[in-house]
Amino acid sequence: MSEAIVVRDIRKSYGQTRAVDGVSFEVTEGEFFGILGPNGAGKTTTLEIIEGLRKPDGGEVRLLGMSPWPRQTSLLPRIGVQLQASSFFERLTAREQIRTWASLYGVSARRADEMLELVGLSDKANTRIEKLSGGQAQRLSIACALAHDPEVVFLDEPTSGLDPQARRNLWDLLREINRQGRTVVLTTHYLDEAEALCERVAIMDRGKILQIGAPAALIRGLDAPTRISVESGTIAPHDARALAGDAEISDDGVSLTIATRDPARVLAALAERNALRGLSVRGATLEDVFLNLTGREYRDDD
Amino acid sequence: MTSQHGATSQLDTSSRPVRAPAGDASAALSVKGWRSLSRAMALGFVRDRTAMFFTILFPLMFLVIFGLLFRDSGGSRAEIIQVGPVAVLDALPAQARAQVDEVLEIERSDDLEAALKKVRAGDVDAAVEQRGNSVVVHYSAADQVSAGTVQAILREIVQAANLAANPTPPRFTFEAQQVEDESLKPIQYLTPGLLGWAVATGAMFGAALTLVTWRQKKILRRLRLSPVSTPIVSGARIGVSIVIALVQGAIFVAVASLPVFGLRLSEYWWMSIPLLIAGALAFLAIGQLAGSFTKTPEAASAVANLIVLPMAFLSGAFFPLQNAPAWLNTISSVLPLRHLVEGLLDVMVRGQGPSAVLPELGILLGFAVVVGAIAVALFRWDDA
Repeated sequence: MSEAIVVRDIRKSYGQTRAVDGVSFEVTEGEFFGILGPNGAGKTTTLEIIEGLRKPDGGEVRLLGMSPWPRQTSLLPRIGVQLQASSFFERLTAREQIRTWASLYGVSARRADEMLELVGLSDKANTRIEKLSGGQAQRLSIACALAHDPEVVFLDEPTSGLDPQARRNLWDLLREINRQGRTVVLTTHYLDEAEALCERVAIMDRGKILQIGAPAALIRGLDAPTRISVESGTIAPHDARALAGDAEISDDGVSLTIATRDPARVLAALAERNALRGLSVRGATLEDVFLNLTGREYRDDD
Repeated sequence: MTSQHGATSQLDTSSRPVRAPAGDASAALSVKGWRSLSRAMALGFVRDRTAMFFTILFPLMFLVIFGLLFRDSGGSRAEIIQVGPVAVLDALPAQARAQVDEVLEIERSDDLEAALKKVRAGDVDAAVEQRGNSVVVHYSAADQVSAGTVQAILREIVQAANLAANPTPPRFTFEAQQVEDESLKPIQYLTPGLLGWAVATGAMFGAALTLVTWRQKKILRRLRLSPVSTPIVSGARIGVSIVIALVQGAIFVAVASLPVFGLRLSEYWWMSIPLLIAGALAFLAIGQLAGSFTKTPEAASAVANLIVLPMAFLSGAFFPLQNAPAWLNTISSVLPLRHLVEGLLDVMVRGQGPSAVLPELGILLGFAVVVGAIAVALFRWDDA
């Protein structure tokens, strides 16, 4: 497998702000790669530099073996880009939008209509862009990015502002795109999205990449305790401490939570005492990874 | 979201489109791109009621209103009341009577008091009665122009009657003849003037708003990431603007030619086509420039209005500049709209030949090139 994208120490400053401060990573062909971080972390700028929309102040980018800056018309048909703001022509219908974009790449109207079908918008083909819902507009914009069958697809915050059902539908679509062999690079500030979709994520904060790896590996690498909760009163705190050994016990009056590195033993002991009312078990998430890396809580609206 | 997305439906991965087309294929792709972008722009324009209103209907409204208001201003008739019998008017032969009717609207009455009241109120321009052998005109000093007109006409009628009564051949005769055929009819100068203004507005707003909106909505960035070249994008805008200008011209001429307005085009009217194209290009360039340094559609509209409205007044788009002071003529000679309007007047109604408007064409095209070059230099793909 060769590298679809190689990024070497790219930097970009706006005035005093270092938006991107020495970012390096590689994306393998066919990989689903995510850049995760709170708003303002530098994800979009990084993506724009890779796409060739911005010139980095320093560093080097190879996209499919070529430099994306300056604009290379031979490279552009090989990449598909969905921009953060859905960029559509005003007052055109969904079908007219995708046919217009497709024709700029020499893609037939028939193929454009097929893409509309693929993202489930055939019944909205004659609806003007202004009347589409947020989810529909996002799917249309992804369809427009895919119509010319690009090898690498860039998605900038594809599900932001969507309701949970629309997000899940879109996730299925993105997995399908990747399954067909395309390299997908996405930025997101949703931890669950990165965890659900990406083979590897780069966790980014304040212009730097803090860590890169498979979500599961990053979480495992934390060696964080598993949090087992039962309804308060199900078991007395001192009993819980007795059965859980060195675990951390807390009781907020609603739930009694045992944070342990040996969840199997604790669960067995609780079961033995028939003290499983209201049981929930929660492992560490990327949120904990972020917290561990930055020392701050992860907040979307940062 | 109601519909189930179709992620499970088949996407054919085996058939990949040919990449990086070269030579003929690339030219074909450019033509295709130009066509579809033009189409997207044209559809967006046609479906934009506000834009349609301001580029077509609004100037047309001016044409209709001014056209109707000033329909008869060349032979605008004075209204008088004739009180009792007035021999010089009553005894006019039919042909002379018809001539008088063109300039005077005569109402009859027997009540002098009521008639004088109407003159005082300004409802009519004068009242006429005959006392013995004297024709008496009652007028109001409040409107000296129409009072003067009525007096002059009646004096002439009385003199003519005197001549008829004492037929000595006159030693001198006086004859006034207009220089231009029908040029007094306001529709003849209203149409080219308002058309010039309409084309200027349409091309300028079209260019400025497309540029700003496309930049704001990141359509320009998206285009930058597609293999389409910048000349193709500008080319689409140019094509659409030219078509809009020609459609404006056709609609204006069609409406102004209705019998109620009575526009009469002169022989070389077709020279207005290259003039309209050159005018559209010049204002397109100004619009691009306005769009280069504004960030929102609102700001772009404001700047465009600030440029085009004063220019329309100073360029004789709304009224002829023949009687304007010299300084105004000097100012207006540097304005592209002045040259568009002059050129259109020359070929549409003044009957001038094609070579007469070559300077205007050259000035407009030169303007388009120079301003266009500045706009290209200031062009930005995005706001940041």
